[in-house]
Amino acid sequence: MPILGIFASSQFVIPPVSYESIATTTVGGGGTASITFSSIPSTYTHLQIRGILQSARPTFSRDEYKITINSDTGTNYSSHNIIGDGSSLGANSETSRAYILSQDTVGSNGWWGATIVDFLDYKNTNKNKTVRILAGLDTNGAGVSGANGAMTFSSGLWQNTSAITSITFTASTGNWNQYSQLALYGIKG
Amino acid sequence: MPITYEPIATQTLGSTAATVTFSSIPSTYTDLVLVTNYIATSLGNTVNMTFNSDTASNYSRTYIGAWAAPTASSGTTRFTSRNNISCFWQVGAASTTTPNPMIYNIMNYSNTTTYKTVLSRFNTMAATLSEVSAEIGLWRTNSAINRIDLTSSATTFAIGSTFTLYGIKAA
Repeated sequence: MPILGIFASSQFVIPPVSYESIATTTVGGGGTASITFSSIPSTYTHLQIRGILQSARPTFSRDEYKITINSDTGTNYSSHNIIGDGSSLGANSETSRAYILSQDTVGSNGWWGATIVDFLDYKNTNKNKTVRILAGLDTNGAGVSGANGAMTFSSGLWQNTSAITSITFTASTGNWNQYSQLALYGIKG
Repeated sequence: MPITYEPIATQTLGSTAATVTFSSIPSTYTDLVLVTNYIATSLGNTVNMTFNSDTASNYSRTYIGAWAAPTASSGTTRFTSRNNISCFWQVGAASTTTPNPMIYNIMNYSNTTTYKTVLSRFNTMAATLSEVSAEIGLWRTNSAINRIDLTSSATTFAIGSTFTLYGIKAA
């Protein structure tokens, strides 16, 4: 049985038949402002989103992305990030925000970020929703404006007990570039 | 419902080996996940990953981690223009019995339009040295990945080391 992505750090072991592809979005020419997965079925226990991301942020090689759930734009989210950029360690806390923030994990100006996001117990209506992210990008030390790579651990909270039915990813600066891709998977319990 | 996450190949070493290779990797998946649980026989061993037999300086990576050897510490390091994606030096502490779990997520490995990125998690749990770390690796090539080589830098992989490659297929 495979050990799945960052679930492995939690000792989750997932049989292959319990992991199913739900939907995939690949950004076409001209880019797009956001990527949304909607009408997410409630037939799974956890969700995972995997992909590569590049934004149209000008004059910088590193960007961040924001997650909103069920189109909720209220200040019902918080997140924490632990970041290593190759020269210094950092951490930040974002509370009462309108999104979950994954910091320094999106590439721009030709560079690509990779991301794996877990939404735990996404359909459980008895508790708020938690998100874990393993993500980063590398620029071979050649980032524009000195913005080189970073490796980031993130946690997110949506203070709402509703089942998650839609998830939206938005770059902090500019559109998603062509070939950015996110794939949504469901994991059965 | 088709299987989305499936094993491609598994290697369990019956004798020591300096290199483990997965070749002729099919291009029918979206991501690859390589799970290794190897045993090293010398302190300071690292595992070097290359793709498609490319040993030129087309790789780089950014590391974050914490370790105790035995004093606890943490750090982040950038490695540029390398000839492989390597895990950090602590991984592979000397032990003939304690394995080192490592999980590599090789993202969008089969597309031919972007550089390739690898999200990795490593752990070392030997008695005199422990480490928890993660890396983002980069291979600056648009080619689809069809071969992965894992090489032990300081010694060989010991008998009983395991290496399993999975494919994840997006809709």
